[in-house]
Amino acid sequence: MGQPKTNNKTVNPALAAAERKYQRGKPVPFKKVRSGKLRGKLERQEEKIRDAVQSAARAELLLGEEAGYLEAEGIEKTYNYRQDQLSKEVDINTSQKIFNLDLPDHGPYSIDYTRNGRHLLIGGKTGHLAAFDWQSGKLHFEVHVNELVRDVKWLHNETLFAAAQKRCVYIYDNSGLEIHRLKNHMDVTKLEFLPYHYLLATVGNAGFLKYQDTSTGQLVSELRTKLGSCATMAQNPWNAIMHLGHANGTVSLWSPNMSSPLVKMQCHRGNVQALAVDPTGRYMSTAGLDGQLKVWDIRKYEVLQEYYTPRPATSLSISQRGLLGVGWSTHVSVWKDAFLTKQNSPYMNHIQPSSSIRDIQFVPYEDVLGFGHAKGVSSIVVPGAGEPNFDSLAANPYQTKKQRQETEVHSLLDKLQPDMIALDPTHVGRMTRMTKQDIIRVRKEEKEQDESARYQKLRKKAKKHLKRHENVIEQRKVIN
Amino acid sequence: KIKALSRSSNDYVRERSQDLHKVQRNLNPTIHPFEQGREYVRALNTVKLERMFAKPFVGALGGHIDGVYSMAKHPTRLASMISGSGDGEIRVWDITDQRTTWRANAHNGIVQGVCAGANDTTRFLSCSQDKTVKIWDTSSGSDPVNTYVGKYAFMGLSHHRKDPLFATAGNSVDVWDESRSEPIHEFEWGADSYQSVKFNPVETNILASTGTDRTIVLYDLRTSQPISKVVMTMRTNAIAWNPIEAYTFVAANEDHNTYLFDMRNMESAHNVFKDHVSAVMDVDFAPTGQEIVTGSYDRTLRLYNINQGHSRDVYHTKRMQRIFSVQFSMDSKFVLSGSDDGNIRLWKANASEKLGVKDWRERHHLAYAASLKERFKHMDEIRKIDRHRPLPGDIRRADRMKKTLLGSEKRKDENRRKHSKKYDEEKRIPERKKAIIGVAK
Repeated sequence: MGQPKTNNKTVNPALAAAERKYQRGKPVPFKKVRSGKLRGKLERQEEKIRDAVQSAARAELLLGEEAGYLEAEGIEKTYNYRQDQLSKEVDINTSQKIFNLDLPDHGPYSIDYTRNGRHLLIGGKTGHLAAFDWQSGKLHFEVHVNELVRDVKWLHNETLFAAAQKRCVYIYDNSGLEIHRLKNHMDVTKLEFLPYHYLLATVGNAGFLKYQDTSTGQLVSELRTKLGSCATMAQNPWNAIMHLGHANGTVSLWSPNMSSPLVKMQCHRGNVQALAVDPTGRYMSTAGLDGQLKVWDIRKYEVLQEYYTPRPATSLSISQRGLLGVGWSTHVSVWKDAFLTKQNSPYMNHIQPSSSIRDIQFVPYEDVLGFGHAKGVSSIVVPGAGEPNFDSLAANPYQTKKQRQETEVHSLLDKLQPDMIALDPTHVGRMTRMTKQDIIRVRKEEKEQDESARYQKLRKKAKKHLKRHENVIEQRKVIN
Repeated sequence: KIKALSRSSNDYVRERSQDLHKVQRNLNPTIHPFEQGREYVRALNTVKLERMFAKPFVGALGGHIDGVYSMAKHPTRLASMISGSGDGEIRVWDITDQRTTWRANAHNGIVQGVCAGANDTTRFLSCSQDKTVKIWDTSSGSDPVNTYVGKYAFMGLSHHRKDPLFATAGNSVDVWDESRSEPIHEFEWGADSYQSVKFNPVETNILASTGTDRTIVLYDLRTSQPISKVVMTMRTNAIAWNPIEAYTFVAANEDHNTYLFDMRNMESAHNVFKDHVSAVMDVDFAPTGQEIVTGSYDRTLRLYNINQGHSRDVYHTKRMQRIFSVQFSMDSKFVLSGSDDGNIRLWKANASEKLGVKDWRERHHLAYAASLKERFKHMDEIRKIDRHRPLPGDIRRADRMKKTLLGSEKRKDENRRKHSKKYDEEKRIPERKKAIIGVAK
């Protein structure tokens, strides 16, 4: 009551742009509300939100690091830069991040990085599993399972991982010890882990999408895709929806709560080879057997850009700062700002001699792109790929053992339930526009449908039973 | 031109093992997805933990043989409390040790009222049905310092905040000076007897009394005249003045409700506190002026927030019979209830609060958890868990019966309104005015 009113509008355009990031929706129009008490309450709430947004934008000054960049001078092109030229011009720390692991005997490699970008897990097709801290070079374990390994994935941190082997999915400790055999998940081709829900999603040759809760061990749901065997899957990090790419060129979006896909999009004329979704959940890139590389706006389900790759791409990855990495034949191309504007040429190119690319992934919080190929695992530097400032409470690359344990407990307490997964993650706590009578009516209808479905099932069962027991003489028949 | 992201571990790893770990923060929402979902899960966990830790009963002060019918707290000492019982005994308690520090067989009848003397004194007063008011001093043994004999039985007692004046309620409302043996003022306005009387602690000349004719009368000592009176549908059992605002008071009524009045305009109550299933016997304000505690004949104690109409918590025990007096402690953390069975029970005002000193991190987390609960309190799952209180069977039944009866009355009223033109023209009476018949000046 005696304080001066804070200035509403931010004059500085850079600050205003930063504020828009923290806005989280439009302000509530409280001036039209008739009730004085409610209007006052909303006004005070809006003022608090405005203060919070302004403070968050101003706090960006405290962020220590700045993003990397690669700019061409004069007539030079950025895609002509090779990694060996690059390593001479950057500092030692960065040039050490360019490495090649020569492992020709064990087939094409799948790779995975942990969420803090610190640990790398590699799985060779003939059954070679290994994990190491790629920055310090410390090996966690190396094991041969002597079986086909189709995909590997870290679970919530670097202590557990899952490997999709020939018949089932196995969960291992970071010392290589086998802990669980998930025999429900059969013939799995692709694994994905939802970190905030503790759900391991698997899709395989049988065309089933299965969700397993790795904290309680419960199989949450098994969904029949009815679209044949599937070998392409990506998660949308913004809303935890699974994107599956099918052989008829469709991409379907799944949540564990519905037995049919939420959305089905016709993307390509042939097989969908690779999928990637950006961290803000706005853009999806798909690559098809027809050589097309399309960029889609996921919120509106329309195609934004169309590129092509000389050979069908085998893997796609989108970095935290919106760089698109494409792995095709023996090449890795990185496209910058490829979503909103049509680019004529890629940002960077890399050729892995005589070794086809299997799996690429941008390392979180680092300017590095790692990829597994037919003859091993390599890593290249892509300036401007990673988010420069990490948040210790979200993912900490410098985590100590005690911090890791604490984070595990806190994230388990905050674990989201699978029934919260929906296309719009902000729906929690929102008011529904339906009136009370409508809600009651819809609930009644659903109940009736369930009951009629149950009744139909029972009738069918009874009919089958009667047919089978036609020739059996039973007590009550004799009496009749 | 080229620059690649390269972090030096000096900036991110602590130097010595005695140092704190370095924490980096980036508030970009992209790094923190599922905000609403995670906060909802945290709110759910908070509400569940609150129910788990809700153990409000602290202890029982036993010693009285008959029921405890009046209680008073010391205005400046936190741990001191006076109680008067049905066999005429008065005890002074130390709440922290939960034992009696002083006792006397004060009266021949029920001790109807006790109150503390003026500030900074060791004196307190008691009045009883044996037509006497006695002043006691804990340091001078078990004989009263002074006795005042009246013409009729006294039902209520209240002392002025600063001056050596006190008021009694019986056949009439009398104001006494401590140095005179006869009352200096005798107020009467219609009722044949007065139930209780209370001095306003802020506006110290104002006095309120409740009468058997269902009225609440306000008096002013400066003009020596009553100011105004409000007539209600049922009798008020007790009154408590707001210690922060000079002009608001709550009235505990026989019709199971408690009403918040503004002295300046008593045509309509400011708030109606519902939830009890029997007559509300006593009410007290918290020293913050934001909460009230009510004790009722239905053997339960309820805590209300001054802005809300329904109780935020309810305390009951099998051993606690009809509650006749309640007090809020002066640090607003505890609540005392004196009941028919002769025990005074000490309860926590916030049932799941951890007592004792909390360090700043804990306080910050509790504040965050409370604001999350506030944000999601309308969600089904959270509301159900938060509202869940185990209650004795007969209170549940009485509550259900009451709801059915009131619901049917309301439904019939609405039907009459829908189908009768004349009825429709009459305006609906707001709930805050329903129990008030009129105001007289």
